[in-house]
Amino acid sequence: MFDLIGFGPEGWGPALLWAAAMTFALSVAGFLTGAALGAIAAFARLRGARVARGAAFAYSVLFRGVPDLLTIYLLYFGGSVALTTAGHWLGARGFVGLPRFATGTVALGIISGAYQAEVYRGAFLAIHRGEIEAARAFGMSGPTLLRMVVVPQILRYAIPGLGNVWQLVLKDSALVSVIGLVELMREAQVGAGSTREPFIFFCAAAVLYLIIAAASGALFRKAESHARRGFRTA
Amino acid sequence: MDIAFLSDTMLQLLRGAPLTLELAATSVGLGFVLALALALALQSGPAAVGWPIRAYVATFRGTPLLVQIFLIYYGLGQFRQTLQALDLWGFFRQPYWCAILALTLNTAAYGAEIIRGGLQSVPHGQVEAARACGMPPWTLYRLVVLPIALRQALPSYGNEIILMIKGTSLTSIVTLLEITGVAQQIISQTYRAVEVFACAGAIYLSMNYVVAQALATLEHRLSPHLRTPNIEDAVAIEGGLH
Repeated sequence: MFDLIGFGPEGWGPALLWAAAMTFALSVAGFLTGAALGAIAAFARLRGARVARGAAFAYSVLFRGVPDLLTIYLLYFGGSVALTTAGHWLGARGFVGLPRFATGTVALGIISGAYQAEVYRGAFLAIHRGEIEAARAFGMSGPTLLRMVVVPQILRYAIPGLGNVWQLVLKDSALVSVIGLVELMREAQVGAGSTREPFIFFCAAAVLYLIIAAASGALFRKAESHARRGFRTA
Repeated sequence: MDIAFLSDTMLQLLRGAPLTLELAATSVGLGFVLALALALALQSGPAAVGWPIRAYVATFRGTPLLVQIFLIYYGLGQFRQTLQALDLWGFFRQPYWCAILALTLNTAAYGAEIIRGGLQSVPHGQVEAARACGMPPWTLYRLVVLPIALRQALPSYGNEIILMIKGTSLTSIVTLLEITGVAQQIISQTYRAVEVFACAGAIYLSMNYVVAQALATLEHRLSPHLRTPNIEDAVAIEGGLH
């Protein structure tokens, strides 16, 4: 039974590892997209005009309240319908699907951005106002203040929350299998289907997810202690 | 915009809502009981039960819910003969019970961690004071430790409940006809994915809104000691005293 997920001639080991790498790449891409969206939304909530504040609030409520699976379906089918319609105008025929990796990245980015916005906003609010005043008193202006005082502190406060969001993205990446991207979940389904041994394949997938989660969790803890260096802990 | 189609879709989707709510309520309810038991066992049970519980919690928190559902529904289905011999096949044959089992085990793992945090936040002085009054352990837990711990855990547990409502949408992949399942059924007949999924999203959003409001009310009720006192009440009480 274990030969199936091994590295022998009949083994699915290399395919599963390759798929795990795809899961990791997809999660990283989604998380980084989410970081950009989240930072913009957090900035809009904190400093934006009334309209921008409302839009950022709606964004974070909407995508934290709708199932992630629906968001992925909606983006994929919605985008594909738009693309197919555009294709018809240009003379193409039949269904035009969106590129799957890009759709997955955007979907995970939009979902995790809604969560990351809250993390960044909380971290910014945790910065002591006196620090910003002190920096202003030294004559630091916008970009320098942001680079030297605000961003390092936001990262320090945000890392634990970002670690949680990262774990969420990693697990959500399994849902991208429903649009046919061959990542770990999809590869396990393919293997399970063609060998009729679903148990071993889904166990293997679970173990690989656990390994990625544990390794990246350790990395986040390391980053946290690096960012907290020089601060006394209770 | 095709209002007739949207309202028709909405009505059809709402037929899936009872199943969504049933799945969420059952798994959150059963999951809470299991989570409480696990957290208490971790807190005050023997050390030997500690590591299997921690392994269970780490496994279910570290893997996607979809993998868990597939492992239970398709993975265990492979052991049909064994399950039939154990008289469990009637349970594992049905996607409904497999979904309930997967959702319950998933939320119990997160819940155990949340309640454990709540238990740790109970100030030790309160426990000592209760012991000094001569409270036996069961009364101590019932009157002092659990109320404080659960109150502390409520906001995080509320998030978990909302995650669970969202999580029920995955059961559509194992053929259950809850809201997302019904949505896919409608789409396979009408090919109007965007409108149908948007309607489904609106239903989930309003469900989660209601649950979040209810939880916020409950939290407000349970924390009178954390609110800033109302001056008029204080004056009224003072007036009553004199």
